[in-house]
Amino acid sequence: MAHDAHGHDDGEVHVHVLSVGLLAKVFGALVVLTGLTVLTGTQDLHGFDLAVALLIATTKASLVCLFFMHLKYDKPFHGMIFLFSVMFVGLFLAFVSLDKGQYEGDARERVADQRLEAEQADG
Amino acid sequence: MTPSTNALGGTNYLNATRGFMSWFWTIDHKRLGVMYMWSVIAAFALGGFYALMIRMHLWDPTDNAAKGPEYLDKYNIYLTIHGAVMVFLVIIPSVPAALGNFVLPMMLGAKDVAFPRLNRFSYHLWLVGFLFFAGVLLKGGVDTGWTFYPPYSTTTGTEVVLALFGVFILGFSSIFTGLNFIVTIHKMRPPGMTWFRMPLFLWAIYATAVIQILATPVIGISVMLIVVEKAFQFGIFTPELGGDPVFFQHLFWFYSHPAVYIMILPGMGVLSELFATFSRKPIFGYKSIALSSIAIALFSFIVWGHHMFVSGQSQLMSVIFSVLTFSVAVPSAIKVFNWIATMYKGSISFATPMLYAMSIIWLFGIGGLTGLFLATLGTDVVLHDTYFVVAHFHFVMVGSAVFAFIGGIFYWWPKMFGRMADNKMTRLAVLLNFIGFNMTFLPQFVGGTQGMPRRYAAYDGFETVNMWSSIGALVLLGGLLLTLGTLIWSLFRGPKAPSNPWGAATLEWMTPSPPPEHNFHIDAPQVSDPYDMDLVEWRGEEEGFLPKNPRADDPCVPDVKPA
Amino acid sequence: MSHHDHPEGVAHHFESAAQQFDSGKLGIWTFLLTEVMFFSALFVAYTIYRGNYPEVFQYASNYLDTNLGATNTVVLLFSSFTVAWGVRNAQLGQQGLLKMNLVITILCAFAFMGIKYVEYSHKYHEGLLWGGAAHSIMKADPADIDPHMLEHSHAWNVGDHGATAVKDLDPEFRQKLGVFFAVYFCLTGLHGVHVLVGIIVLAWLLWQAMQGKFGPKNFGRVDFGALYWHIVDLVWIFLFPLLYLIR
Repeated sequence: MAHDAHGHDDGEVHVHVLSVGLLAKVFGALVVLTGLTVLTGTQDLHGFDLAVALLIATTKASLVCLFFMHLKYDKPFHGMIFLFSVMFVGLFLAFVSLDKGQYEGDARERVADQRLEAEQADG
Repeated sequence: MTPSTNALGGTNYLNATRGFMSWFWTIDHKRLGVMYMWSVIAAFALGGFYALMIRMHLWDPTDNAAKGPEYLDKYNIYLTIHGAVMVFLVIIPSVPAALGNFVLPMMLGAKDVAFPRLNRFSYHLWLVGFLFFAGVLLKGGVDTGWTFYPPYSTTTGTEVVLALFGVFILGFSSIFTGLNFIVTIHKMRPPGMTWFRMPLFLWAIYATAVIQILATPVIGISVMLIVVEKAFQFGIFTPELGGDPVFFQHLFWFYSHPAVYIMILPGMGVLSELFATFSRKPIFGYKSIALSSIAIALFSFIVWGHHMFVSGQSQLMSVIFSVLTFSVAVPSAIKVFNWIATMYKGSISFATPMLYAMSIIWLFGIGGLTGLFLATLGTDVVLHDTYFVVAHFHFVMVGSAVFAFIGGIFYWWPKMFGRMADNKMTRLAVLLNFIGFNMTFLPQFVGGTQGMPRRYAAYDGFETVNMWSSIGALVLLGGLLLTLGTLIWSLFRGPKAPSNPWGAATLEWMTPSPPPEHNFHIDAPQVSDPYDMDLVEWRGEEEGFLPKNPRADDPCVPDVKPA
Repeated sequence: MSHHDHPEGVAHHFESAAQQFDSGKLGIWTFLLTEVMFFSALFVAYTIYRGNYPEVFQYASNYLDTNLGATNTVVLLFSSFTVAWGVRNAQLGQQGLLKMNLVITILCAFAFMGIKYVEYSHKYHEGLLWGGAAHSIMKADPADIDPHMLEHSHAWNVGDHGATAVKDLDPEFRQKLGVFFAVYFCLTGLHGVHVLVGIIVLAWLLWQAMQGKFGPKNFGRVDFGALYWHIVDLVWIFLFPLLYLIR
């Protein structure tokens, strides 16, 4: 018996039950997307390779989240928790990448200088 | 069972079942809270012992250099053990695990937290973490500093791997506690207790729990990376293998900065309760305090780079982090102003918990304001790794967080053990603690600005500063021993406590002291404004404060006197 | 002292089955949030090293077998399908199907680990390891490399998929390759640990299912265990293109 998971005052648990057909369709879509990502992974997409790969991966992840993990039929708060965590990872990523991008040039120069010094000392 | 406001003569959670296993294997949040409390106090003694070793070592450095490099190397072990034990075993669990576990369900009128067995697991993980640290001590200690920076941590011969496994396990203890509290607050509030009708202690615990679950996993993976770096030479942080040591600092501080807010937020929650109760007034600015807790939790994640201004971090990021760091001072300041406003025109009682709270206005004021010098790029470049930093963080971590923990212990002590601990000696102890603390750490600001570096085993030219600091440490030691002594004494000789000795209006006070195993004798305590002190009235020494309009079915409230 | 009839199957501190189930659900989602954060540091490591050394990562991808990776991806996706079906079985009290689906999920997990073992042992034999490993060929100075590897490693002498032989690479390039493999083994290793834990969780669920513990009034554990398994799948969904398909 399928109900939505909204307030029922009897204290009993009411959840949405997914049909096998839907689950199978989602699985099929996931396999197709996997094939697509392998296909596009072998092509040269002129700089968009990473973006395309991540877009497909995100689509697959969304399917898993919305259907297999039934976020589509669940309290919105749970989905928010998940998105929130992804946001935090994004924040972490952004700040550290920005920093590394800024100082890596200096670090590489320094390594090159050290190598030069070492060679001159030997030579 | 005899209904009464003091349950020492009858059955309560302490004596309901007996024997070691009934405590070790308990799922009762109150027993777990009490065990956490004594465990944290024991760990505090261990960390404190190493603090004394540091201060005695630094008191008079004249002979130190002559004693040879091995003697100086030992100093690195003292400071590492002191830091790691205090951060991971003491301060991070302190208020949430000891006080939060005890009080949270009761403030919600609930019977326990959402996942009692997970709660027990959290405590057992703490014990395992403690054992790992004990193992480290038995095997000679670790000397990297509590920050475990590579390349030293990956190349030193001391027990880094064992220590980091301990940190990892303690991290999970913290995560599971936070998880438990989040679900409990979301799902187990009683009918009528909306978010904005919760006591502020619960807002603080909730904000802390959010930080715990978001940040702690990152330190978990970071220490595991040091372990594989050290054990298998993975090379992610080793320049000779193409790695980047500054990256470790990013990983480490992404947790460790929010961690300091894990340390202070619960203490601030305690303070909100103390100021309201002991001014016999509703807390001023409830909503801003509640929301500032959440703001602090969120802001804490975007400022970690202020620990890395001189590490090789890019100028761009340093500027960004500096600006963001100034913003995080704002919500903290809002709290302090609101506490002071709460006291204004209140009926102040100088009970021991309140004395701790009032001390913290000074101590947190200094701690917070000195943080601004460190947030400013120009001054931080000079002050980084000096005693200025050491003094700053001790003012906030010890002067504010630990003092708030102690204040909270005194506040909820009557509820936990059915005995009052508020007398001349407990108040004298506050004075000794306050004087000792200031004497220890104020000189360190001076030393720092004069240039004394931290983590140095020998120095030249800072003798006066160090002498005063070490004397202060001994005064603080005396105060803390007296504090502990008075608490233990009260268990045997203290006057019996009524259910509500202080006149607060939150739900934990509406049940006998100590509480029964299932917390309340009635099914669902009445929910009202947690800061409406008029809901209770004074009925004398023995009965304490009792509800003016008790429920007819509450067996613990003697008949209401005729109007 | 008043008692009320406490609902059957509901723990003493919960008021109702709904509160118990909702709490469990919120609890598992909160835990999954911590798992995302747990992996995050490694994704950051990946990003900063790939961002600064894209050509190194492109080169390294040649040594990851796309077919095996894609197979593993499908295996995990299938296991997510079967475990999600299993949740439905538990909700409807379909004991036989529930047990079948749990068994299949566990078998998929083992298949995944088996394929990983094949990949890892190939890398070990070729010396495709992080720079600090004794057996590794990813060292800047060939004098540091195990002579046995210098002689026998195909990757060192010839290279895979038409890529330059490792011995002909710039020393600094080789050094950064070592970092790639460090990140690769950390990411896939941590993921593998989670698969192993997942096997234990699923086995525990299977054991309880065999005792008939699950049904329409008691399926929470299956639901929550399945959610954990889906996270394991989700992480791999991102690892596959990020590691195996870099161009």
